[in-house]
Amino acid sequence: MGFFLENLPALIIVVPLIAAPLCVLLQGKDYAFTVALLATWFSFVCACYLVARVTTEGVISYEMGGWPPPIGIEYRIDTLNAFVLLIVSGIGSVVAPYSRSSLLFEYVQDRAYMFYAAYLLCLTGLMGVAITGDAFNLFVFLEISSLSSYVLIALGFDRRALTASYQYLIMGTIGATFIVIAIGLLYQATGTLNMADIAQRLPKDGYDRTIVAAFGFLVIGAALKIALFPLHQWLPNAYAYAPSTVSAFLAATATKVSVYILIRFLFTVFGVQLSFEVLPTSLPLMILAVIAMFAASTVACFQNDVKRMLAYSSVAQIGYMVLGISFVTVLGLQAGIVHLFNHALMKGALFLVLGAIFYRIGSCHIESLAGAGRRMPWTMAAFVGGGLSLIGVPLTAGFISKWYLIQAALDKGWWFVAILIVASSLIAVIYIWRVIESAYFRSAPEGAPAVAEAPLSLLVPAWVLVVANVWFGIDTRLPVGMARLAAETLMGVK
Amino acid sequence: MIDFVGLYNYWIVIVLAMAGMYIVIARGNLIKKLVGLNVFQASVFVLYISFGKIFGGTAPILEKGIETYSNPLPHVLILTAIVVGVATTALGLALVVRIRKEYGTIEEEDIHIQDESM
Amino acid sequence: MKEYLVLRVITKLLIPFILLFALYVQFHGDFGPGGGFQAGVIFASGFILYAMVFGVRAARRILPVGILRAGIAGGVLLYAGVGVASLILGGNYLDYGVLEHHPKDGQHLGILLIEFGVGTTVASVMMTVFFTFAAWRED
Repeated sequence: MGFFLENLPALIIVVPLIAAPLCVLLQGKDYAFTVALLATWFSFVCACYLVARVTTEGVISYEMGGWPPPIGIEYRIDTLNAFVLLIVSGIGSVVAPYSRSSLLFEYVQDRAYMFYAAYLLCLTGLMGVAITGDAFNLFVFLEISSLSSYVLIALGFDRRALTASYQYLIMGTIGATFIVIAIGLLYQATGTLNMADIAQRLPKDGYDRTIVAAFGFLVIGAALKIALFPLHQWLPNAYAYAPSTVSAFLAATATKVSVYILIRFLFTVFGVQLSFEVLPTSLPLMILAVIAMFAASTVACFQNDVKRMLAYSSVAQIGYMVLGISFVTVLGLQAGIVHLFNHALMKGALFLVLGAIFYRIGSCHIESLAGAGRRMPWTMAAFVGGGLSLIGVPLTAGFISKWYLIQAALDKGWWFVAILIVASSLIAVIYIWRVIESAYFRSAPEGAPAVAEAPLSLLVPAWVLVVANVWFGIDTRLPVGMARLAAETLMGVK
Repeated sequence: MIDFVGLYNYWIVIVLAMAGMYIVIARGNLIKKLVGLNVFQASVFVLYISFGKIFGGTAPILEKGIETYSNPLPHVLILTAIVVGVATTALGLALVVRIRKEYGTIEEEDIHIQDESM
Repeated sequence: MKEYLVLRVITKLLIPFILLFALYVQFHGDFGPGGGFQAGVIFASGFILYAMVFGVRAARRILPVGILRAGIAGGVLLYAGVGVASLILGGNYLDYGVLEHHPKDGQHLGILLIEFGVGTTVASVMMTVFFTFAAWRED
């Protein structure tokens, strides 16, 4: 048992990684599903244990292959890592049972083992990015997760899923190549690939052109992956045309992990002094984030396809996260990291609900949702719950992140930014209200076929996430506490 | 001046990177975009290999009597990056084959026209 | 098929040497340039040459889909399995030193096994990609 607990940082990555080819070998769809379910739940349990251990013991360091860092690859887990691991594995383990009954499963049928292999590889890649302490290893895991997500998105029923996946492939690969150029330039400047070691070896005062170039490439590459305005073009198409299961999983994890990459490099590797005091990073990030918040929310109001609307809403929410990072205070960073967690819960719940609606009604158009409130009461109630959290109504998780963001803005004396945050949240009311109005206040069209409530196996995972939204809106010790610890570690105050 | 010209491999990196990115942005044919992506990634490979060379160093294979070796680590990083590039290209080409089957064309403008008219 | 006589004969003569060279590159990876990825690609190129000259159907008879799929999954499982074996034998994940009594022999064995896993997977993937694209051409 002791050996098991000691090697947990490796096992959390290895078990889904082994489960993926196992799924390919055991071709039956039920075998593949069982293997995937067990692997994702195992990773979630490991992530919970790692969170508990990191908050009591401090940084966990695991040497891969027995080679000590900085010679070898090191898995280094501190509070930020553990938090992101918890988010990714949690969403992965909620979406896995959901996928069994979803339309996607019926679509792929006998080739379900391929879907689960791609799903497990995507999960492995995302968790690997979160856990590793080596810069190039981060790039490798990032590409593993990106390639699997291109495959997953291309499984959509609409033929536009193929072009959406292709566009995401081109832009994502350019982003990842920028990141690898940055890592190469950092290696040239410092001679090491271990992130903690790079941070130590970078010159404390002054900077030379190599490091500034590396910084530039990294921020742009990460921004492409995060879908920060104006590099967000791939996201609306990719999330709108992908299957709902895949949208739920990717919307709740892929961009969060890319935000983690940005935070890790800005604060730990380059350091606060280089990133924000020597180089003027804070203001451009803040401006882009605010534009994202307003522009994306406004565009979302005009969308008729609910999935596309939620995709644009995601771009706006990413703006909130980056806004929190650009404040460069403990409060701001804490708000950004808390929003990572809350947005994963919100968007995961909303996309899962949309999948259930699509399963019954066959379309996610606002017109087709007319009268759905009466025909599918539990499903639409879940949508209302997720929507309220998205707006930021008190007692939901969304309110917590907006609250801390506004506090961080007022703490820096920027009351203007606080007003902007509130204003953009009000725009979210408009697009959520459009869906609610169609579902509850209009009646179903005459010739519409009678639809029943969505099956239980689709409703339960969606409700799990909605209840989690409300729970973490009331009992905020876990997300806010961990975010505070992470922010303090990153900013270097204890 | 010698330094300027002697750094010719970095100039090649810049030319390849810019050419690759230009092809990705300016060309509408889906396969040409993938080719541009490959050229861009090739520039990254040349960049990494340039890091590894040490003046007076030989290939990093252990031999008696040789003192200075080139750094083998960038070579390993490049192998990994090449594999990633190959996988991306294979995936991109598979997507192009499917797009051709669904849309009947691989020109970006024609696909856009077909999508708009839906 | 008469006009391709020279091509067919030369291919049949060359393919064994290609495969042998692939195995040489595979197992000399720790002494010289080589290793799993290069060897896998060279190995696959032998079979792809056969498929190009003699037709995809003939090549499919030798390598049905099941074997290639097993190759892809098996290579990854071999790599991960070596890591798990190191875990069970007491070291960290992928710590080859504990695989044998002497750490140096352990490193040798570990690298050999994982490179073989990589070579298997890469060869299978290359052949699968070729056969998948070639099959599109036929319909």
